[in-house]
Amino acid sequence: MQATRDFSHYVRDLGSGLSHIDLAVEGVSCAGCMSKIERGLSAIPDVTLARVNLTDRRVALEWKQGALDPGRFIDRLAELGYKAYPFETVRAEAVEADNSRFLLRCLGVAAFATMNVMMLSIPVWSGSAGDMIPEQRDFFHWLSALIALPAAAYAGQPFFRSAFRALRTRNVNMDVPISIGVTLALAMSVVETLRHAEHTYFDAAIMLLTFLLVGRYLDQSMRLKTRAFAGNLAALKAETAIRLVGAGEISVVPVAAIRPGDIVLLRPGERCAVDGTVIEGRSEIDQSLITGETLYATAEHGSAVYAGSLNISGALRIRVSAASQGTLLAEITRLLDNALQARSRYVQLADRASRLYAPVVHATALLTIFGWVLIGASWHDAIVTGIAVLIITCPCALGLAIPTVQTVVSGAMFRAGVLLNSGDSIERLAEVDHIIFDKTGTLTLPELDVVNSASIPTEVFDLAGRLALASHHPVAAAVARAANAKSPLAGIVEQPGQGVRGVVDGEEVRLGRPSFCKADDLANEILSLDPEVSAVAFMRGEQRHVFAVRQRLRSDAQDVVCALQARGIAVEIVSGDREPAVRAAAQTLGISEWRAGVTPADKIARIEDLKRQGFKVMMVGDGLNDAPALAAAHVSMSPISAAHLSQATADLVFLGKPLAPVIAAIDFSRQALHLMRQNLWLAVGYNLLAVPIAISGVVTPLIAAAAMSGSSVLVMLNALRARRVAPRRS
Amino acid sequence: MEVLVILVPLALGLGLVGLLGFLWSLKSGQYDDLEGAAWRAIADDEPSHETPPD
Repeated sequence: MQATRDFSHYVRDLGSGLSHIDLAVEGVSCAGCMSKIERGLSAIPDVTLARVNLTDRRVALEWKQGALDPGRFIDRLAELGYKAYPFETVRAEAVEADNSRFLLRCLGVAAFATMNVMMLSIPVWSGSAGDMIPEQRDFFHWLSALIALPAAAYAGQPFFRSAFRALRTRNVNMDVPISIGVTLALAMSVVETLRHAEHTYFDAAIMLLTFLLVGRYLDQSMRLKTRAFAGNLAALKAETAIRLVGAGEISVVPVAAIRPGDIVLLRPGERCAVDGTVIEGRSEIDQSLITGETLYATAEHGSAVYAGSLNISGALRIRVSAASQGTLLAEITRLLDNALQARSRYVQLADRASRLYAPVVHATALLTIFGWVLIGASWHDAIVTGIAVLIITCPCALGLAIPTVQTVVSGAMFRAGVLLNSGDSIERLAEVDHIIFDKTGTLTLPELDVVNSASIPTEVFDLAGRLALASHHPVAAAVARAANAKSPLAGIVEQPGQGVRGVVDGEEVRLGRPSFCKADDLANEILSLDPEVSAVAFMRGEQRHVFAVRQRLRSDAQDVVCALQARGIAVEIVSGDREPAVRAAAQTLGISEWRAGVTPADKIARIEDLKRQGFKVMMVGDGLNDAPALAAAHVSMSPISAAHLSQATADLVFLGKPLAPVIAAIDFSRQALHLMRQNLWLAVGYNLLAVPIAISGVVTPLIAAAAMSGSSVLVMLNALRARRVAPRRS
Repeated sequence: MEVLVILVPLALGLGLVGLLGFLWSLKSGQYDDLEGAAWRAIADDEPSHETPPD
């Protein structure tokens, strides 16, 4: 049976006889890579376009329809030294990209209008005292109105829409006072222009929009960058399934192209990428990614298999199911729905600030109007002063205070290997005082590893590693990986269910079950020390060695737990795995609170219990069984190796093998919250200075413009400090 | 001061040309890969005429 690769799912037909495909490429980092890839791919005949996007780390390819197989591009890139895989833009990323482009267009329009209105305003400011005649001033005001009104109507859309949405649900967000302020400033300016008055505020209103759009755009582009990166990671996992197309004919297709009802083949050592039911074959499967349980389960005709299960011993044929119908998955889905609904509607700092801010400012403006009328000013003058109060307090600095910090911090987290799924998670993360870790795949690494490598001679290890390359068994794969074996040995025979054997330098070598290698005594010795390990025996002539293979704790797990405790955060393990395994991990890490054999529902119960005691709980987990708990917790985090559902549910995703990103994320978020508060106080301080001036009625457009830009720049500069987090040693 | 009648529309017209230029560049995808564009400017030659370096 020869498997063919089928990438037709990803190929887009452009019409005019051209096909298009997007590839995510790993390791493209410089101009050298860019030209190397473009040259390498353009050299293939019939390729009409090969263009690298260095920002997104992707390649766009076009070729004459039917002339080439997309698999060839991937091979060519592999020859050049790059891992690549077809990429499909997910909806979420496309939405972010559209949003980002729209904001940039708004920013362009607003910036154009600001510059031209300023060009007209500066002569008015400098000339109105001296030699400018009223007709000229009116002419300039009319021109300003002509530019500012359409520009504000267009560039203000992001704010107006968001304010309208908030008002419709009877909420107040920062965009409500912004929209009111801008609209009133423009309306008053038009009225004042009609009355041939000296002061109009077209410049202040449009400049405000420009500054705010800069903040919004930066925030959005950071989010887009994270999404694109996460999209590439997902694509480069290259999840494929072997689909049976006919009798004895198979083709390797991307998981995205698998439809319910298809029959897929799952060979030993492969991770299942679909949900389904076994229709043929019998095997042991490792479901630790789903349940946290490290003991293998038996899969036979009729058993449900979930995406993420690792097949250990025999080949299985699986019929792909339409919806998740298994009892476990249905249960998890139900719990997840409940948890998401119950997720307490966290009110972001910015919205809390604007809930206080909007009534205070609007009340001040009203009081100013009535105050001036009482003193004896005309209604017109009183209203103009009242609106001046609104303009000067218009939350330029307040509107920038939080997005700028968020942008800078999410950039810093990105560099530290933490991706943000939801924007408001920074604030929630900063409040965390209790962390619940899942064990399997979170505190431990998802792959198996040889734990007793120190006690095995190097040459034995090397030979065993090369021998192990002949086997598909995951435990053998772990030996091969640990030995860093590259070149397989020739003439190795695999004995199903037993191991592999061959002849090296006239001596028989074997790797496999202890009984197969006649090393039961040694294996029992190792198993009695640590019942968690899988023992793999190696035999060469009379030599016997046994490898202990198990999931290893992340190398820095202990340091991270200590560091967390040093920060006053309580740490606890809640795992679905058996008691001895969890207890051993807890003891090694110095964690006194642990629970084993916990069901998804009990995980939620534990979190609810802690919540009632007033703790802000962070859940760190990777399994499908953790997904409901991830949703129920105050904030949640997953490793990048986690099950799809868990990754999508978690607020943050961390990359790589170390656990250190958890600490980095907490430190950055605490620093960020500190700076957000500081920025809010800066904005409030500015208002305390500016409002009395506005109430007294001496504000000119020049003062308004200067105060607004001054406070905005101050807040932005303060936000930049979030990049630096002093490393704390525990 | 009659010169204003020419100068102001001229200034606004030039600004508008700039804005339209920006919108066009945005639409034609020139902001999609800022990092790559920076390097392309100093790339040696058209990719297709040379042999790949090793």
